Amino acid sequence: MSKYIIRRALSLIPTMFIIVTLSFFLVRFAPGGPFSSEKKVTEQVLQNLLKKYHMDEPLGKQYLRYLGDVLRGDFGPSFRYRDSTVNQLIAQTLPNSMMLGTIALSMALFAGIGVGIVSALKQNRWQDYLAMSFAVVGISIPLFVIGPLLQLILGLKLRWLPISGWITSRDGWKTLILPALTLSFPYFAYIARLSRASILEVLRSDYVRTARAKGLSERVVIGKHVLKGGLLPVVSYLGPAFSGIITGSLVVESVFAIPGIGRVFVQSALNRDYTLIMGEVIMYSLILVTMNFIVDIVYGFLDPRISYK
Amino acid sequence: MTNEVILQVKDLKTYFTVDEGLVKAVDGVSFDLHKGETLGIVGESGSGKSVTNLSVINLIPTPPGKIAGGQVLFHGKDLLAMPQAEIRQIRGNKISMIFQDPMTSLNPFLKVSTQMIETIVLHQGLDKDAAKQKAIEMLKLAGIPAPEKRIDQYPHQFSGGMRQRVMIAMSLSCNPEILIADEPTSALDVTIQAQILEIMQELTKRLGTAVILITHSLGVVAGTCDTLCVMYAGRIVERGPTDVIFEDPKHPYTKGLIRSVPRLDVENSERLYSIQGQPPNVIDLPDCCPFYPRCEKAMDICKKKYPAIANFEQGRAVSCWLYSGAKDE
Ligand SMILES: Nc1ncnc2c1ncn2[C@@H]1O[C@H](COP(=O)(O)OP(=O)(O)OP(=O)(O)O)[C@@H](O)[C@H]1O
Ligand SMILES: [Mg+2]
Repeated sequence: MSKYIIRRALSLIPTMFIIVTLSFFLVRFAPGGPFSSEKKVTEQVLQNLLKKYHMDEPLGKQYLRYLGDVLRGDFGPSFRYRDSTVNQLIAQTLPNSMMLGTIALSMALFAGIGVGIVSALKQNRWQDYLAMSFAVVGISIPLFVIGPLLQLILGLKLRWLPISGWITSRDGWKTLILPALTLSFPYFAYIARLSRASILEVLRSDYVRTARAKGLSERVVIGKHVLKGGLLPVVSYLGPAFSGIITGSLVVESVFAIPGIGRVFVQSALNRDYTLIMGEVIMYSLILVTMNFIVDIVYGFLDPRISYK
Repeated sequence: MTNEVILQVKDLKTYFTVDEGLVKAVDGVSFDLHKGETLGIVGESGSGKSVTNLSVINLIPTPPGKIAGGQVLFHGKDLLAMPQAEIRQIRGNKISMIFQDPMTSLNPFLKVSTQMIETIVLHQGLDKDAAKQKAIEMLKLAGIPAPEKRIDQYPHQFSGGMRQRVMIAMSLSCNPEILIADEPTSALDVTIQAQILEIMQELTKRLGTAVILITHSLGVVAGTCDTLCVMYAGRIVERGPTDVIFEDPKHPYTKGLIRSVPRLDVENSERLYSIQGQPPNVIDLPDCCPFYPRCEKAMDICKKKYPAIANFEQGRAVSCWLYSGAKDE
């Protein structure tokens, strides 16, 4: 097992290398450049800018330089936010998105699994229909509708919760609730449907029939024989879900005025802020592959049929 | 085998509602099971063998299934009228089951020990250690080598034949009065089939367990069953002592079945017999003899009405117009 973990961990290195390389060249081949929207810079100023960011060097040399920097954990200066490095920008925003995402995903997980179990056990009864219509709504209504709707009802009408802001503001942690709720909605809906479908499949399986034929009570059948197999697909979904949700959402961050990484990401792409884009892509990839790595290992512990050698 | 009847199935009817209509999977099945008896149920795929036996312990998935009528009397008490809590004390304890596919019948996420111990603890009230000892003993009886080591492994670490031995050990661990074995060897290699049947027979003989053995194979029936029920389209068409039926089959379907078994003792170069036509569609079946389209002796009345049961000596019963008083035609 530990051998497998080490081997898997080592295999992350070439993966990350390919990601760094790809993002470096793809960003450069995208039309436009970091200074193309700059108002009327003289040729001299542009030259100076290019020189400052080593953009006047041959591409190969730039690439090697960047690779060296990344290895040292330095994503370089931002092209746009002149006074900040990419590292600083990420450090200011990523933790916020991570905290919000973690809260949202935990909520989605608990509610989604709970609803999934109930609707599977009450298949084709009103509980199931209610939960699944709710889930379809959750998946199909975009966040920019759900967010303002929640603000309107829980914030403005009922005045239970602040409509925007961040924990550093006067309202404190309460500001987290609405954005977390909004962000969790599609994840909740997906997890509910996923766990319902796979629990239903397990309920029909031969080994559950065996468990019932042994005279076990329905509680033991469900708790001991159904849930483990039924919730495994949710575990595999957690990898991509977690890396997706903690890297922020432009919509939720805009609607609730949250200083997260989602907005920075979109801005950087629009601005062709080369270093910032690359830094974020690399961070995102790193989180994604690490999460998948962890999920694989957890899965291995949960499913005895998988043996890691 | 004594004369004490422990299980009486009376006019059992189990229907499934599917999109295409009403499937009368089991439509009026009756049989008795005596203490220590081995009863075989044969019939084509879809004839209702599995549904009959799942109905006996009231494990039909509802919906789409529904037990539409009949009684299953176990020592005189109707299992179908019992509350869940009460029948649960019978399942796995007094009446246990083995299923066709040993590869999928055990929970892949739980150790064999966990799965065996939970049954023993539940029904026998032993503590975990004693239950484990009992489980190891049962595995040993079922012919699993080094059971004290293997018991802590997961099902996927066992071969198909070994898993079926585990199932046998588990199903017999509470000394049931009845073991229902639903095609216990169909999913296994031919070479292993005989071993599994043998171990099952040996153990049930030793424990005095009555067996309902569901199978496709008349060969299996001939070697193991005292009594035989032949099922066709949800009904039992012929019933009686196995040797008598083999000697003198009455229903045309049974005759066909027996003629289609390859025999080594009869010298002839004739082609192997096979029953013509397709198995019946049991959806929205009209009230006729469902076998008549394939029957060599079909008469007019066969298309109109299901034949009443004709009784013969030695407890034989046949549902066919050849015997049920249509002789005047
Ligand atoms: N869950 C179900 N839903 C709908 N129809 C069912 C269900 N289970 C069984 N049936 C129907 O009941 C009929 C009898 O099925 P059953 O499984 O008892 O046949 P069988 O004799 O055991 O066949 P086999 O030898 O293939 O196991 C079939 O027509 C089948 O389609
Ligand atoms: Mg069957």
